[in-house]
Amino acid sequence: MKTDGGQALIRSLEREGVEVMFGLPGGAILPVYDPIIDSKIRHILVRHEQGAGHMAEGYAQATGKPGVAMVTSGPAATNIVTPLCDAYLDSIPMVVITGQVPTAAIGTDAFQECDTTGITASITKHNFLVTEAQDIPRVIREAFHIATTGRPGPVLVDIPKDIVDPTNPRSSLELEDNVEIDLPGYKVDTSVDPEAIQKAVELIQNAERPILYIGGGILKSRAAESLLELAELTGIHVVTTLMARGAFPDSHELCLGMPGMHGNFTAVTAMQESDLLIALGARFDDRVTGKLDEFAVSAKIVHVDIDPAELGKVRRPDVPIQGDCRTAIEAMVSVIRDSGSGDTDRTAWKSRISGWQERFPLVYEASTPGQALKPQFVIEKLRDATPADTIVASGVGQHQMWASQYWTFNHPYTWINSGGLGTMGFSIPAAIGAKVGCPDKMVWAVDGDGCFQMTAQELVTARVENIPIKVALLNNSYLGMVRQWQDMFYEERHSEVFLSKEIPDYKGWAESMGCFAMRVDDPDEVEEAIARANEVEDRPVVIDFRTAAEEKVYPMVASGTGNSDVIVPPSQEKEIR
Amino acid sequence: MSAESQGHRNHTLVVTVENKSGVLARVASLFARRAFNIRSLAVAPTEDDHLSRITIVVDGESAPIEQVVNQLDKLINVVDIQDLQPGHAIERELMLVTVAVEPEHRDDIVEQLDRAGGKVMSVGADSMMLSLVGDPEHIDTFENLLRPFGILEIQRTGRVALANLDETIE
Repeated sequence: MKTDGGQALIRSLEREGVEVMFGLPGGAILPVYDPIIDSKIRHILVRHEQGAGHMAEGYAQATGKPGVAMVTSGPAATNIVTPLCDAYLDSIPMVVITGQVPTAAIGTDAFQECDTTGITASITKHNFLVTEAQDIPRVIREAFHIATTGRPGPVLVDIPKDIVDPTNPRSSLELEDNVEIDLPGYKVDTSVDPEAIQKAVELIQNAERPILYIGGGILKSRAAESLLELAELTGIHVVTTLMARGAFPDSHELCLGMPGMHGNFTAVTAMQESDLLIALGARFDDRVTGKLDEFAVSAKIVHVDIDPAELGKVRRPDVPIQGDCRTAIEAMVSVIRDSGSGDTDRTAWKSRISGWQERFPLVYEASTPGQALKPQFVIEKLRDATPADTIVASGVGQHQMWASQYWTFNHPYTWINSGGLGTMGFSIPAAIGAKVGCPDKMVWAVDGDGCFQMTAQELVTARVENIPIKVALLNNSYLGMVRQWQDMFYEERHSEVFLSKEIPDYKGWAESMGCFAMRVDDPDEVEEAIARANEVEDRPVVIDFRTAAEEKVYPMVASGTGNSDVIVPPSQEKEIR
Repeated sequence: MSAESQGHRNHTLVVTVENKSGVLARVASLFARRAFNIRSLAVAPTEDDHLSRITIVVDGESAPIEQVVNQLDKLINVVDIQDLQPGHAIERELMLVTVAVEPEHRDDIVEQLDRAGGKVMSVGADSMMLSLVGDPEHIDTFENLLRPFGILEIQRTGRVALANLDETIE
């Protein structure tokens, strides 16, 4: 079929099964926006290109399908750099299409020109600058293939205007029915080495203190069910990292919750004391390991990852297994079913674990009458008043840690956050993307006031495009996590962390963006406000919860220290000795 | 070359890449981003129009070679990587060098050059331009030999390498 590059681009997206895309048009991408009018793809018009990127990420994390964003050249491309880097660090499948100045103008410092592929080369799994219209269908196919296979990640496709502009002869092409990818350097091997699996199982059978260390790769490989089977078959306790919350049910007796800098004491300590860490789709991030040479020093390591570069990058595994996590888990399960899970006595280990759980539960001190709201209390009330499969999208900071700690995640794909890059302002656009992908689920953004002010304008998008998300704003008037570090490590000298007590007026701001908004100061009003928010279905909701600024996230492993030096809340300090 | 003389193990990687624009930048950017050090780099087309070959000498101190190879392999345009074992590959480098030399000392230089297997490329009033092809250690030795005369300008290509034939038959 004879067509032009713009038509071919949209047709190619449709062929990839794209149902929705997030974007904002501009000069260089204009010709591609015309065929969108006639396409069945839903386009959501954002208010800032960063929002488009995070929405695509939220959509991808909630649905497992690749998120798609499209923006113009120059400043639009640079505005979407943050989401690209975010998606790269959290291995989120995403395809971003950027406009580019016409091929003849490339390199001339033309209006709204920037070296988009150069800028994004190190924060994408791959990127393309397409120079011939004829290549568009193939490149789009390749972009989706790369984004969604192996270790997923963001792919950017930069499209010069002349090859999509129907008035330019350079945009003419023949659209073939079959489009073959041509990627001689890209091979994905998901199979696992049976010998390595055998070795891993032998270590499991003989381990006295094993821990399943679960990362986001479990969710990427849709392996939550297989993991449950492996854990129950072996009786091994599970820790779920920040990227893996929900991959294993928090309510399960084998679940120890989140490890790491703000992980709960038992998860941190059980890893630390373990003699075998079975790392599945996890990458030994510094926020999990703490000081590396003090991390789990007596543990042998089985490390499964689809990305061979992760094996040995941080900690050398005793048994490296390159391949798909689900395939690996199923292979382990099969071997264990045949040969048994071993007869190593783990009674002492289990009793140590339950001892830690009894002595070091997650705690906070309830507020006394007249005191400001406790943020943890708000999270607990929200958790208890919403359906079990509610999707929670969080920003970055104290509220993120409290949400991860105090929510009970019993379903995979219900926790969406910015783990690797730590992008403030992530939650509102990510929640919007998740709600677009899962319109029948309740979606709550848990946000802080610092984060909210970075991307709140996307609530306009949410209202205008009928995407009724809900936002629980934990507003303590501070950049809370930075304040916490200044409290703990800078002698309470607060430098540039106080935002403002009364400005902005969040309720008024949210209402002006078309949201239903409330302000809550009193603990007694929390439940009712949440109940009212849950009833609103025709527009976004924002609740401005005024929370206590001095509250700290505990436990904490201070930066640069080892995981044996967990700082527990003051009320548990006597237990540590 | 000082790292080698200090006993650090350098690795010669022969990286076959798709012959597309920007590929060298991706490789260079990866090395910068991951803090791997390049000691030498040479790029040229291959027998196949679609492929180029990059010979990279990596400072083995800057990162474990396995990590360098794994990260390189993640670049979509990288088709193949060979980590050449020392002594099991043919490595060659070309040096062009201009040395200060009074006419009465020209013969000394030419004698040394003949012994090393090099050529005189150009002769000036009080200088000479020489060329030498050889394995990198050979070039190093000759370069050191020329230093006392006074090196005015020097340009080395960086090494290119292919595995020994008996190494590739399997």
